[in-house]
Amino acid sequence: MDVLLTAFDLVFTPYVLLVMLGAALFGLFVGSIPGLTATMATALLIPITFFMDPVPAIAAIVTTVAMAIFAGDIPGCLLRIPGTPASAAYADEAHAMTAKGLAEKALGASLVCAVIGGLIGTLVLATTAPLLAEFAIQFSSFEYFWLACLGLSCAVMISTGSVLKGVVSLLIGLFISTIGIDITAGHPRFTFGSVEMMGGISFIPAMIGMFAVSEVLRYVASNRQKPQVSQQAIGNVFRGLGPVLARYKINLLRGGVIGTAIGILPGAGADIAAWVAYAVSKKFSREPEKFGSGHVEGLVDSGCANNAGLSGAWVPALVFGIPGDSITAIVIGVLYMKGMNPGPTVFLNQPELIYAVFVAFFLANLALLPLGFLAIRLARQVLRMPQRVLMPIILMFCLVGAFAINNTVFGISIMLVLGLLAYLMEENGFPIAPTILGIVLGTMLEDNFMSSMIKADGDLLGFFSRPIALVLGIVTLCIWFLPPIIRALRSTRGRAPQ
Amino acid sequence: MRLNDAVFGIALLFFAFAVIAYSQTFPATFGQNYGPDLFPVLIGSGLAICGAVLTFRGWGARKVVPWVELGAWAQDRQKLVTFMLIPAALVFYILFSDFLGFLPTALLILFVLLRRFSVAPVNALGIACITTLLIHTVFARFLLVPLPWGLLQPIAW
Repeated sequence: MDVLLTAFDLVFTPYVLLVMLGAALFGLFVGSIPGLTATMATALLIPITFFMDPVPAIAAIVTTVAMAIFAGDIPGCLLRIPGTPASAAYADEAHAMTAKGLAEKALGASLVCAVIGGLIGTLVLATTAPLLAEFAIQFSSFEYFWLACLGLSCAVMISTGSVLKGVVSLLIGLFISTIGIDITAGHPRFTFGSVEMMGGISFIPAMIGMFAVSEVLRYVASNRQKPQVSQQAIGNVFRGLGPVLARYKINLLRGGVIGTAIGILPGAGADIAAWVAYAVSKKFSREPEKFGSGHVEGLVDSGCANNAGLSGAWVPALVFGIPGDSITAIVIGVLYMKGMNPGPTVFLNQPELIYAVFVAFFLANLALLPLGFLAIRLARQVLRMPQRVLMPIILMFCLVGAFAINNTVFGISIMLVLGLLAYLMEENGFPIAPTILGIVLGTMLEDNFMSSMIKADGDLLGFFSRPIALVLGIVTLCIWFLPPIIRALRSTRGRAPQ
Repeated sequence: MRLNDAVFGIALLFFAFAVIAYSQTFPATFGQNYGPDLFPVLIGSGLAICGAVLTFRGWGARKVVPWVELGAWAQDRQKLVTFMLIPAALVFYILFSDFLGFLPTALLILFVLLRRFSVAPVNALGIACITTLLIHTVFARFLLVPLPWGLLQPIAW
């Protein structure tokens, strides 16, 4: 209880609250502009949080992201262009509602569902993470090695597009993480004599390059026309919502649970949560024929799921240091820089910080209600903001942000190279998320692998010598080898009768 | 710009072999069979396998998927210039910010980009000035990032 009070004290200071308000406005702005994603918002925010204490830094990220994911629904509804990928699943549905003159109802439902989803996710996070941490405290390098493998494998399996390209993307990320001084022997690797490379590829410029610079490049290469905003009057979005929520209360709960569960899986974030929740909603609906024609039911499920997914992703991130999505991958990088190495020991040594994260989550989701309402009212003005003015400004922010981490232009070079790489990869169907996870988890994976090898004296069976490691190891190997074996069996069986 | 999978595959194969070959130069850890080269070699082997499969796939699909397919934008000369302007702006900053200083470099980059995105000259200049000063104030003043003064050192505030 004392810990909780300390956590409240940490969050409820004028400074943290002000930071959260600023972050909220920033998140709502970025989220509601098509082409600027929640991940990009986080990447742009990092250079600023770099100079803050852990609690305001994390509170800022949590708030920005929660706001941005909701705000992505606004252009989805009014323009049929999702503001963030997490709104893509139901942008058509929401826009169909607008076409029927129900923009008010669609936005209201999106907002309230986002709040409820966020709260469900936070509740799950706050209850399961400490329990899992108690369990995880017994883990040794063997278990962590397998967990990292499991997380990375999930990221590849779940990522959009071909698994092979996901693996390539992951290996590129892992390779990037090996650049610099090697952790076990202290030998410089792939630095080619450069002193700046010895410290390794700084994570923040890499992040800004892959998520923000690549986005600017994509904007330049695309033919985005200035969209026409629907001129429908939007008054009180909460009007008539009561019956809708009462009717779909099961959907709310289901969306929240699906979203959180998918968020917990490494590599799958809010966008996938929304797609799955929408599909599940349609499958179990009593009126599936209405889906796609401007029916609010799918909106309830998926609008709830994407915000729940955000909190879910923090469970493995805080407990094991394994990110649940690309946003928490960035967060883990930030936590390391703040000396708050994610893992079960943080729960023991600095529980007040962990609880402060939970409090910040609750607060951010509650604040979403009034601030989201404000964002809907201002949506037309924000959507009129010309992107050709925004993009150069964003590029300038990226540039200064990448510079600010080590105060050298080397950061800008990293940002440029990885930005071009990310652009090329995305254009050719290579998912970006596995690369990010590779960069973040590479060091941890290698560290645990090498110490396990040393402990087991090079005997690979040592990786299966402890019960939990055995289970994790078998699960990982199944994920790797079962799908190809099943495919091979099917093809031989398919050929047999001929 | 879309490339045939085989192009990526062959590039990955070359890259993978370079990584493996270069890793061989790392010293071994005393008394052990594995050292700092183990992890890069594993990654390189993985990349080589993926590269081979991609090459194989891309070769199979070469009749359907051309080796290089420039997007419509890349054939449009104007757009290509705009696209190249982004990396060029960053390279310009890397090379000249120390000498010119943050304020002139940022102002120039912003103005050129805004003009390129066809913002009216007066507006572009205004936006560039305000943004540069704002970023400078936030990062140099409040966050104490040592943005270079360069030529403006005598009037640094």
